[in-house]
Amino acid sequence: MNLILLSLLTLGIVGAVSAVILYFVAKKFHVYEDPRIDQVEAALPAANCGGCGYPGCRGFADACVKADTLDGLLCPVGGNETMAKVADILGKTAVAAAPTVAVVRCGGTCDHRPRMNEYDGVKHCFIAHNLYSGETGCSWGCLGLGDCEVSCEFDAIHVNPITKLPEVDEDKCTSCGACVKACPKLLIELRKKGPKSRRIYVSCRNEDKGHITRKACDVGCIGCSKCEKTCPHEAITITNNLAFIHDDKCKLCRKCVEVCPTNAIVELNFPPRKVKTEEVAAEA
Amino acid sequence: MKTFRLGGIHPQENKFSAGKKIQIAELPKQVVIPLSHYIGSPSEAVVKKGDLVKVGQLIGKANGFISANVHSSVSGKVNKIDVQLDASGYKRPAVFIDVEGDEWEETIDRSTELKRDCNLTKEEILAKIKDAGIVGLGGATFPAHVKLSPPPGKKADILIINAVECEPYLTCDHQLMLEKGDEILVGITIIMKALGVTKAVIGVENNKKDAVAHLSKLAANYPGVEVQALKVQYPQGGEKQLIDAVIRRQVPSGRIPIEVGAVVQNVATTYAIYEAVQKNKPMVERVMTITGKDAPNPGNYLVRLGIYLSHVVDMAGGVPAGTGKIVGGGPMMGRSLMNLNVPMAKGSSGVLFIKDEESVRKPIQNCIRCAKCVTVCPMGLEPFLLMNQSERNMWPEMETNRTMDCIECGSCSYTCPSNRPLLDYIRYGKSTVGGIIRNRAAK
Repeated sequence: MNLILLSLLTLGIVGAVSAVILYFVAKKFHVYEDPRIDQVEAALPAANCGGCGYPGCRGFADACVKADTLDGLLCPVGGNETMAKVADILGKTAVAAAPTVAVVRCGGTCDHRPRMNEYDGVKHCFIAHNLYSGETGCSWGCLGLGDCEVSCEFDAIHVNPITKLPEVDEDKCTSCGACVKACPKLLIELRKKGPKSRRIYVSCRNEDKGHITRKACDVGCIGCSKCEKTCPHEAITITNNLAFIHDDKCKLCRKCVEVCPTNAIVELNFPPRKVKTEEVAAEA
Repeated sequence: MKTFRLGGIHPQENKFSAGKKIQIAELPKQVVIPLSHYIGSPSEAVVKKGDLVKVGQLIGKANGFISANVHSSVSGKVNKIDVQLDASGYKRPAVFIDVEGDEWEETIDRSTELKRDCNLTKEEILAKIKDAGIVGLGGATFPAHVKLSPPPGKKADILIINAVECEPYLTCDHQLMLEKGDEILVGITIIMKALGVTKAVIGVENNKKDAVAHLSKLAANYPGVEVQALKVQYPQGGEKQLIDAVIRRQVPSGRIPIEVGAVVQNVATTYAIYEAVQKNKPMVERVMTITGKDAPNPGNYLVRLGIYLSHVVDMAGGVPAGTGKIVGGGPMMGRSLMNLNVPMAKGSSGVLFIKDEESVRKPIQNCIRCAKCVTVCPMGLEPFLLMNQSERNMWPEMETNRTMDCIECGSCSYTCPSNRPLLDYIRYGKSTVGGIIRNRAAK
């Protein structure tokens, strides 16, 4: 009986003393944390993808609270909606950013870009890239081994087994940029989603001279600069035999798509073109 | 018998072309001379379309410290300067020359007689080697003059000639030693003079007994030069391994051989240095081996730079039926070629045909922690650990585990009973970690 009492008493006293010490220590070393950080974090999608450039959602919430304005801070997963919520909590104004989406700038499917040899090494784009330029004659194009697919946390990019090219699922893509970093050929770019998801881009990264590109791939950009001359908005520039469409200047007029001799310029989600009246007349 | 102390393997030797006389490859209609090198910055073209060039004329100027001059290997007209797929698997700049006749620069002495005496000073020798665009012919193609000018404060006390040829199948260095023994020894005395050392050792693996005997006999006439037979062990041709095998000195991690007072040169490089210094002949040709288990005519060929490998292979009887893979270089460190339309470069030591059934990779199985890779690693690394870290992108850990020391010899992948692609992953990690280190240094 004594033993039980003694144990209870000892433990009780130790507990009480510790509680007092802990209470004062907690008071003394209290770190003030802005309660708004928790609120902002709750408003974020909790994907912890790092697409914003901060280590996870809490890091981003911390940055939002500390920042004077929300300029340049964007959660790519949540988009403008989430940023508006964050702005509400913090009493700041959010700058609406145009939503972006990942595009794969290579159109070299098996039909367009014949395989010249067979790679039997490790199925890992970076390792293949260290060894050689790829199974086809094009040393710039997609290797098709799926590093982007592995890197995507949102299940939004998949290598099509038929074309051996990655395809982006627009609804799932949050434009976090993980695949951009994963691609050793630097093929993936984050572009403005555009009105009604309509986009025009050059689906090629080949900087070789035209005749070399042409030999390797049917749909490669040969740098003929027809699109550059046609574009009424000066949105297209050609550097190193490769055209690039600047999405901030592009007005989606689709004139470049019509003149491209190799069909390297891709239009997405546009309604079918109206057949020109002259052609109809000629057919009749 | 001496060999290096850490790790090593002994693959099947398969030296089918041993003892085959060096044949001279005929000139094709067009050659494509690559301007880029395996390491260092590419050379800058100094000729333009339509220029007439002679054999030995400078066509590419060294661009930067680690770079080498490139000379025309044929006489004719420059067709164009364009990119060309080379043995690295990438398209790189090259000079296309249409062959017309075979006219050499007047300054080049083409006689075959031995010129023993060299009255040039150290600086003159180094300048000649630099102008001739000589690079290490063992495979890494590191410019020879850079290696022969030690950084200030460092002094070499011994020259080691790498005549090991530890790669299976290859025999080009072996044959060169048998046919050009005297020239190689004169080359060694020239390098000794340039370095200011009095001692040189030729390290030869003991599977080339005829070369050991031949060189030992000749070396008696050259003071300070001796021949050391070494136990057959791969990768003895690695610089650090050879130094350990011959003089029992260990180069510390991340350092270069000059830190322990040794300079290593390949035996073919030595011959090229002899030709450059004594005969004024720049680097325009080298000996290569064409071989394989089914090769119709395995042999050693003296090939001008820039000749398409397909041309040389046709001369040697063509590609045998049932070839699954064609490798440029030896089976251990060589690279698979995308096709045979790649030009001969300074580092091309051979073309190897691998049979279909031997070329397939076996299915990858789980690591059973047998530590065979640790046993064979000549640098004392833990390949299984490095591979795991590379798979998980653990770059700081890879750096602390000395991944940059890896010489990419492939012993680990060769020995793994689970067929794990150890070297592929380590090479990936090595390139990433190397990039991180360079970025840090640049800051």
